[in-house]
Order: sequence, then structure tokens, then C-alpha cells
Amino acid sequence: MNSGWEDWAISIATFLPLVGAFVIAFTPRERDRLVRSLGVLFTGAALVVGIVIAIGFDYGAGRGLQFEVNTQWIPVIGARYHVGIDGISLPLYVLTLALSFLCAIYSCRFVPSPGRTKSFLALQLLLETGMAGTFIAFDLILFFVFWELVLVPVYFLIGIWGSANREYAAIKFFLYTLFGSVFMLLAFLGMYFRSSVNGAHTFDIVQLQQFASSGGFGKTFQLVAFLGVFLGFAIKVPMWPFHTWLPDAHTEAPTVGSVLLAGVLLKMGTYGFIRIALPILPDAAREWAPWIGGLAAIAIVYAALACLAQRDLKRLIAFSSVGHMGFVMLAIATLTPIGINAAIFGMVAHGVITGMLFFCVGSIYDRYHTREIAELGGGLMQKLPHLGGVFAFVAIASLGLPGLAGFWGEVMALLSSYQPAQALNTGLFRAFMVAGGVGTILTAGYFLWMLQRVNMGTLPERWREAALPDVVTVEWVSWMPLLLAIVALGVFPRLILGVTDGAVSGLMKLFGG
Amino acid sequence: MRIDYHAILPELILSGTILLVLVADSFARPRRKWVAMPLSFLGILAALIAVVTLIGSHRTTFNGMFVVDNFALLFKVFFLSVALLVLLVSLRYFNDGRWYQGEYYFLLLTSFLGCILMPSSRDLLMLFISLELVSAPGFLIVAFRKSDPRSNEAGIKFFLFGVLSSAVMLYGMSLIYGVTGQTNLTEIGQSLSRTLPQGQETVVLAAILFIVAGFAFKVSAFPFQFWAPDTYEGAPVPVAAFLATASKAAGFAGLLQLMFVAFAATAEFWTPIFAALSVFTMTVGNLVALQQRQIVRLLAYSSIAQAGYMLLPFALVSGDQAVNRAAFAAATTYILIYAVMTLGAFAVVIAMTRESPSLLISDFAGLVRRAPVLGIGMIVFMVSLGGVPPTGGFWAKFFVFTAAISRGGLGPWLAVIMVLNSVISLYYYLRVAREVVFVEPRVERPPASPALVTGVAALATFAILAIGIYPELLAHFPPLSTLAGP
Repeated sequence: MNSGWEDWAISIATFLPLVGAFVIAFTPRERDRLVRSLGVLFTGAALVVGIVIAIGFDYGAGRGLQFEVNTQWIPVIGARYHVGIDGISLPLYVLTLALSFLCAIYSCRFVPSPGRTKSFLALQLLLETGMAGTFIAFDLILFFVFWELVLVPVYFLIGIWGSANREYAAIKFFLYTLFGSVFMLLAFLGMYFRSSVNGAHTFDIVQLQQFASSGGFGKTFQLVAFLGVFLGFAIKVPMWPFHTWLPDAHTEAPTVGSVLLAGVLLKMGTYGFIRIALPILPDAAREWAPWIGGLAAIAIVYAALACLAQRDLKRLIAFSSVGHMGFVMLAIATLTPIGINAAIFGMVAHGVITGMLFFCVGSIYDRYHTREIAELGGGLMQKLPHLGGVFAFVAIASLGLPGLAGFWGEVMALLSSYQPAQALNTGLFRAFMVAGGVGTILTAGYFLWMLQRVNMGTLPERWREAALPDVVTVEWVSWMPLLLAIVALGVFPRLILGVTDGAVSGLMKLFGG
Repeated sequence: MRIDYHAILPELILSGTILLVLVADSFARPRRKWVAMPLSFLGILAALIAVVTLIGSHRTTFNGMFVVDNFALLFKVFFLSVALLVLLVSLRYFNDGRWYQGEYYFLLLTSFLGCILMPSSRDLLMLFISLELVSAPGFLIVAFRKSDPRSNEAGIKFFLFGVLSSAVMLYGMSLIYGVTGQTNLTEIGQSLSRTLPQGQETVVLAAILFIVAGFAFKVSAFPFQFWAPDTYEGAPVPVAAFLATASKAAGFAGLLQLMFVAFAATAEFWTPIFAALSVFTMTVGNLVALQQRQIVRLLAYSSIAQAGYMLLPFALVSGDQAVNRAAFAAATTYILIYAVMTLGAFAVVIAMTRESPSLLISDFAGLVRRAPVLGIGMIVFMVSLGGVPPTGGFWAKFFVFTAAISRGGLGPWLAVIMVLNSVISLYYYLRVAREVVFVEPRVERPPASPALVTGVAALATFAILAIGIYPELLAHFPPLSTLAGP
């Protein structure tokens, strides 16, 4: 089975940031540089363990969990500490650890007002544990605890270090997401009581998947339970029309908050669909797939139109997230292996690209102290050529230029939509595909228009003499891995697809679709 | 009749302490009146030790009126621990020369005597005595600030509501006696499980309603909750803490014994009523709490809403014994965790009373910077009361959800309503947390909080987080409490 360190690897990587948060909490407030170094140290250590896991991962194994640990946790309710990692979780897990590490580096230089570095980093580390934990949890209750764990840090990160409308954005995020999660919990409880594995109920995701694929859950129950989990996951993704918390939260959050929100948190919702909703409630998934596809198609077009109307640069990027997640959800809704692979690729690509976009916008705001496109005026390329270049690069990656990371997720999503699963209406999904195509054009439109208004044109008077520094070392250090990843994933998508394919085929076999 | 003295040893010790405190107060010099508190503390410790010696035994005395079993012992340990904590936070509050300190401790301990009698009371008369013993001193200590009109108002409201409910409850008890000829709960249960003549059945159902009304007052359930906000606000804050935790828990302990033992046979009749009570209580409590600007009133309405959550398991009782056990365990666990959270929140409030007697929410501005222990504690308590992991409050709600979903029928709908209420409640709980964290403090120096109070807050914070991360800590209690309960 597992050798010694394999038992500990995932738990160490997941909980090391939590330990770091405690250590930082007890560090004296005055030792500011020490606190920042500790942040980098703990996230870096977690990332190293994550990379070691990725290296030690058996890529040829296909299905099945690796680095698995399954021990008692709360016997009185039947919840176990069951963690593991497979081809679906691995890319997202490493993405989480990597983005958190880069945010910690970024925070070495940029801690927004009102300062309070200790709390800022401690909350980031706590958030990292919550996010990383959701991707490796294989017990419904364990999953739920990690899922909810992210609420409080994000609430405080937005509410304290955000911009003008931060408190409204923070409470809206908290209550909206919580509302979905509690219904998800009720659905989990329903699944528990309806399951019968070796004569007992179970919260174990693997066992529930097998129980479901052998027809264990009745159709009516599945439909009702799917509503519950749908609410929880759809609000997190966010799917249209449950997306209204996102523009506020992402816009008002501090830079690292936006990066982690867009880069990782949204993926928790789509991951939940892939890991829990589809395999455990397959009949309901087939029933609801057309609706999900429809909402996804609407999201793609709606988000693109909304982006065209935005005057605030950060809000524009935030809405672009809704559109990208629309592609991911469309891919998932097709219930095909291509679709799921596309979804996971799209998730990782979006995490890298949009995380990078928010870093850029954060740096622009740091220099110009405004996010209004009209006020920026243009000429960013002239004034800050490095920043302008990076910004253009990432924006073009986001709109899906072939050769960069954003392309594969979108094109595979559309491809899977052309040929959805047997049980689904092909004509309907091809209509969604067309809508997705229109969305792609609109996406290109708003990104290019944004670049034109911000990067090109003449530099306004007020900025001509301003002493604005170009990209500094800290920024280069925290951005370089992402920029390289964008190119690497675009040129060599097998980096992700090679990892996910085995596990996805395994999952779809269970699904029987 | 032989009296089992070991069984009533904790009560005897506590009674002795009460008399000792009264006598000590008469002879103590004015500046030394605070000595009543350490005396009370030691007496409670002694009673606690006596309870510990009883663990594992099952004793009956006074002809079956007084029973010591795991359920009773669990609640006795709980009440005595709460008593210790309430004493700790009361010391400095009452020691400022204007109060009748000795009398306060005397009355408080008498009320706690009623509290520890309650879970052992398996007889209608004993229940009534215990309930009155909890309430009567309460009337007095609520009105302790004699010169404050709000305290007087609080006392009068509490008193009038209290005696009215007691009268109605006693009438109901007499009707039950009339029909069954019994006052012992188990025997009433057996008597009612036989079919009764039509006229008598109506009388029994009416009597159950009357009795429930009496206990509903005690736990501040709708529509008997109107006294709570004014009483909590007018009373001295440690007294409000006592009312919100021990007094309410005592009411629930009595209600658990009544509904699960004596009236289990007629469950079909009263479970819908409890469902309605639960839903209305939680909804009214949460909706009105949204409007509150004063922390004690907010905690009062929060307690009302929490009582609604605790009433939900009562609505799940049916013929299915497994579900009944789960519901009983859920209710008991919720009561215990709720008391820790609320006591902690009140401890933080008591820490602030010296600085800002008005106790508006805005007075807590920036508390996390001024006094990190108190600030973080308050955040943990608010988040826990709302039911967010990884706090104890989440598991308390989780057990109730589990019982409700496993019941089927009405259960999942009640769970949905409770879930919606939790989301609503977080809006005002986060408002407090927001004030503590986001707002800039108006004064930089820490509040003049007594060390004991900060210690109690820290202890409660630790307990809530410990239960939240490792709920197995409580796992041994629910099965134990159901072993000998129903």
C-alpha cells in the first residue's frame, strides 16, 4: 500500500499553511519582515510538498486514488478522514498551492491599507488550507468543512483590505455563498441516509459513487438532492443567474484576494460538480444537463455583453470570469470525457490567466490609484512598457488565442458540445455551441477594446510627468511562473490532459455515460 | 421511607453552601462582602465532586420522584460548571459597593439548586418545585438594580409572566393527575399509552398544552418570549447571562423529560404544535434581532431564535425509536454547545460594561485590536452561533439537521426552514463581528476588563473551537444521555 511518507504527504501539504497561520498569529506585530518571510516560507514549503506529490504521482495508473489516507475522524456521525489525490484533483491541488505561494511573494511588497500584515498573511494561509482541502477530501462531511472554511477568511480579507464598497461586497459574498452551501449540506445528509453500503450509511464519496453507479439512488430522490447540491455549487462557480456576488467581491477585494478568489475559489464549485454531483446523482445529472448547458450558454454571452459595458477595469475582468466559467460548465454539461477534460483544463488555464490578470490590474491600481478605464486614458504601453506588454499578453491569452493556455479549454468545450453524451439532445447542445462561439467573438471584442483603451492611444496629460515605476522585481518573481505556465499549457496541453484523462475516463465509466 | 443520601448529596452540599453564604453575609464587614463569592465557588466545587462520585450509578429515592441517572448527571455537571463560570464573571461586577452582594450570591445559588434538581425530577410535583426554585430567585436578581427603572421593569415583567405561566402549568399538571391518578412521569407515560375515554383524552391534550405553555415561557419560545428582551436588557449583565444559559437549559431539561417520557404516547398530537412553535420562535427571534443596536437585546433575540432551533427535535418524535434517540441526543447536544457559546458572548459583554454601560454594538468598535482575546473570542462566538464550521455551533446544528432528515415527512422541511434562518441570523451575527474587526477603535487603550472575565471568554473560545475541530469530544455524551433518559 502506501509507504510511510505517502500517508502524510497530502495532509502535510494541506495543513502546513494552517500551522503557518498559527505561527504568524503568535509572532510580534513589529516583526513585519519576519511575518512576510514566514508567509513565503510556509506556502513555499507546502508547494514543495505538492510538487513532490506531483512527481511521485503514478501517471499511468488511470483510476483510483493515490496517497490515500482513510482513518476514523468522527465515529458518532460516521464521518471519516478520507483524503487522496487522483488525476482530476492533482492539477487543481497544485494550482492552489502555487497561486497561494505567488500571492505570499506578492504580499512581501504589497500589503494594502490598512496594513496589519500579520492578520493579512494569517488569513491567506487559513484560506489556502480550506481551498486545498476541498480538492483532496473524499468524505462528504470533510469536504463540507473545508468548503465552509474558506468563508470566514475571504469575508475578512475583502472586508478589511478591500476598496471603497468592501463591507457590502464581503457580507454579500458570505451570505450568498453560505445560502447555497447549507442546502448542499442538507442534500449530503439526504445522500447519507439513502445510501446503503455493507448495510450501513456512508459519507464516503468513493463508496457513494459506486453505490450510485449500481443504481442505488432512486430517480426522484436524485432530482431533489441534485437541486440541493446544484444550489451550493452553482452559486460558487458562479453560474448565471447566481453570479451577482462575484463582480462586487472580486472588484472590492485586495489584489491577492481577487487572485485567490478567481484563481481557486471558483474552481471549487466546478470541481464539486465533477466530483460529487455528476457521479453520485447520475440520473439527475442527465435530466438537468440541458438546463445547466443552457444557463452556461447564457452566462457566456451575458458576461461578454456585461464586460463590454464596464467602465471599471477590475469589474471587467471579474465579469470575464463568469464567461470563462460558463465555458467550463458547458463542457461539464455535455457529460462526455472530452467535456470533463476540457472543463478541468479550462479551470487550470483560467486560474493561471485570470489570476495573472488580477495581478496586473492590482499593479496598475497600485501605480495609478484608479481603476476607471476612462481615467487611465490609454498609453500604458508608452508609459510602462513592461507592464503594458504583460497585460496585453495575458489579455490575449484570456480571449483564447491558439498557442496560449486559454485556447484549449474553450475549443474543447465547444467540441464536446458538438457531440454531447448519448442521452442528451444533440441539437440543443449544438445551439449552445453556437452561442459559445458567439461568446468567443464577443470575448475577443471586449478584451481587444479594453486593450485599445488602456494600452494604446495617447497618454493623458496628467500621467505624463508622473513617476510611475515599471514592473519591479517582486512582481516579476511572482508573475514569471504564471506567464511561463500560460505558454507551456498553450503549447503542450498534455501537461494537464495527460494527468486528467485516466481519471476522467474512470469517472465517466462509473457514470455510464 | 429510606432516603438515599448519596443520591441527594450534591443538592445537600449546595443547600448547605446557600445557608453558609447567607450567614457569612450577615456577619461580614461591609468591605468584605465579596467573600460570599469564593464561598459559593468552593461550595459548588464540592457539589461537583459529589456529582462525580455518582457517575455510573443509577439511584432512585423519594419514591421515584428523584432519580439520578446519566441524563441527570450530565446536566448536573453542566449546570454546576456554568455556575462556576457565572460566579467568576459576577465577582467584579457586583463588588463596587452599591449592591447587596451576599444576597445576590444567595439567590443565584438557590436558582442553581433548582437547576440541578430539575434533571433529576421525574415527578410532576418535583418538576414544579424545581421550576419555581429556578424562577423565584430569578425574579429578584433581575430587579437587583433597585434605583434603575429599567431593572425594575425587567423584574416586574419577568415576575408577572413567570407566575402566570406557573399557574397555567400547575393547572395543567392537576388535570393530568386528575385523569391518570399519577404524578410520576414514567407512570403517567404508561397510563397515557392506554386508550382513554373520549372526554378524558381531550382533557389530557389540553393539559399538555397548558404544561407546555409553562415551559415555553421558561425557554422563551413564541408566543411567550416577550419578556426576554426587556428582562435581559434591564437585568445586571451576569444575571442576563445566567438567564440565557442555565435558566433556559433548565427549562429544556424539564421539557425533555416531560415530552419524551410522560407524553411520548400522545406524540402525534403535540409534534405539529412543537413544529409550529419551533418555526415561529426561530423566525421571530431572527427577524427582530436584525433590528437591534444594543448588544444585550441582540443576544436576547439570538437566544430566542436559538431556543427555536432547540425546539425542533421535539417535533421529530414519532414511533421510530431510532429517530427519537437521535432527536433527544441532538437537543441535548445543542443545549450544551449553545450554553457555552452564549456564556462566552456574555462574558465579552461583561468585560465592556465598565467602559460603556449602554452596551451598544458600536461600543465594541475595533475590539480585536484593543483586546485580542476578547475580540477573537467574540468573532468565534458570533460565527459559532450562526453555525459556520469549524466551530461547535456548526456541529450542534448538524446533529439537528441529521435527526430531521432521517425522520422524513415533516423533518426535511423543518430543516430547510432552520437552514434559511441560520443564513438570516448570520447577517446580524456578522454585524457584531464586523464591528469588532472592521471598524476603527474609538479608544486605543484596552477596556478595563477583569482578568477573570477575560479568562472565562478565553476558556469558552477554546472549548468552542475544540468541539468544532473534534466533535468526538461530545460523542460520549449523547449516547450516554439517552441510555437512561427515555
